[in-house]
Amino acid sequence: MAKMAVIEGSHAIAEAAKVCRPAVVSAYPITPQTHIVEDISQMIADGELMNCEYVRTESEFSAASVILGAAAAGTRVFSATSSQGAVLMYEVLFSMAGMRLPGVLAMANRSVSSPLSIWNDHQDAISARDNGWIQLWAEDNQEAADMIVQAFKIGEDRRILLPVMVNLDGFLITHTYEPVEILDQNMVDEFLPPYEPLYKLDPKDPVTMGALAQPEYYTEARYMIHYAQLCAKDVIEEVAEEFGKKFGRYKGGLIDTYKMEGAEVVLISMGSVIGTMKDAVDEMRAEGIPVGIVKIRSYRPFPVEALREALKGAKVVCVLDKNISMGMEGAVFTDLKAALYNVKGSPDILGFIIGLGGRDITITDIKNLTNKGFAKMRGEKVSEMEWYKLDVDILPEGI
Amino acid sequence: MADNKQRLTIGLVAKPGSTLQYHTGGWRTYRPVIDHEKCIGCKRCADSCMEGAPFECAHDGKKKKFCVNYDYCKGCGVCAYECPVDAIEMVVEEK
Repeated sequence: MAKMAVIEGSHAIAEAAKVCRPAVVSAYPITPQTHIVEDISQMIADGELMNCEYVRTESEFSAASVILGAAAAGTRVFSATSSQGAVLMYEVLFSMAGMRLPGVLAMANRSVSSPLSIWNDHQDAISARDNGWIQLWAEDNQEAADMIVQAFKIGEDRRILLPVMVNLDGFLITHTYEPVEILDQNMVDEFLPPYEPLYKLDPKDPVTMGALAQPEYYTEARYMIHYAQLCAKDVIEEVAEEFGKKFGRYKGGLIDTYKMEGAEVVLISMGSVIGTMKDAVDEMRAEGIPVGIVKIRSYRPFPVEALREALKGAKVVCVLDKNISMGMEGAVFTDLKAALYNVKGSPDILGFIIGLGGRDITITDIKNLTNKGFAKMRGEKVSEMEWYKLDVDILPEGI
Repeated sequence: MADNKQRLTIGLVAKPGSTLQYHTGGWRTYRPVIDHEKCIGCKRCADSCMEGAPFECAHDGKKKKFCVNYDYCKGCGVCAYECPVDAIEMVVEEK
């Protein structure tokens, strides 16, 4: 019988990381990630997590470097970060993906400076999207915990060999108490075999990793990372299904859908806002409004084919982006438009920048922007991209 | 490259010594030229070079003579700066 507990999201993540038996965990504390690694270091100190070394570092750059080195030495590694800490890790994150070293990073999503903000949005992870890491996005505490286990299995698959970032909304998941099924160690052991590295640093058989590539080789080396990302589309689906069979919980592979039967306006987003969207959609469906949700679980690789299939019957799609690619628009909005370009009969797409720096997203907000989707469907004039609820009154004059 | 093309490995893993295949002197602007008359064979050029490009190429019975491996020399000029007898001149690279 599975053990249920009402625990904080961070603790659920720590428990999930524990049963994956990492050999090295390294991190530097940063809000709102701190509880995750605090819990893990406590588990190691208490002897709950055996054969694992926790390395305290003086910065996130070093923490990332430690897990890169430990992964290169052939061990299973875990870290967690957020916001400015993630930004400080970026250089190493590129190297780790380029060296094809698997590992899992729990990213407690938070806005980035400046202005300083500790609250949730998706800017930190979105800005890291092109570094080769697989990016998975969790909706709630249970999915975040389950995703950690799946992430190790996906990244360590010999077809992939890439590090995986599990994104969980800062505070909204990390500091929220929810009922979570604690993963059973024996079942996880059966699901996730010990890590077998393809190469490792070994004095008896020395190798250099991430060696210099002349122009004759660099393109091909980068292509291989891209190819592994494309292969990951299948592996993410396979692992999600296997996890579902083993643990009795299935939350979708690349994407998940909600109330999509006959949906004319479809809402798309990632992370915990999906929960609010589901409540809003429930209320609207009760009133007979044909609206559904597509949740993106895997942002990189971007599930182009799955989204095309899911959005076949949709008339208008509203994308909720908790990020902004400065000078352009929301990143998911751009990617979705690219995915549906040249697809016959593809829906109109509206983009909304929403919830930046922890601004609350309510059920009313979701309903309001859904109404804009229906207005677009009726042929009314609706702006294609909107900074939702932008308070022009507090802007300086002339802007 | 066509005749000795190597296969890539996942993550570009290289065995020891294999970096010798990658000639890194391709972006040099200046090249060091050693005047063997002035050279006193002290080896300071070789010791100060971070690429190990200068090497002992001859011994005339009295002193060692040094040459530069231009496959790896990046033209930084440290050897010319360090040479105690100004035997090394940095000249513009001409392809």
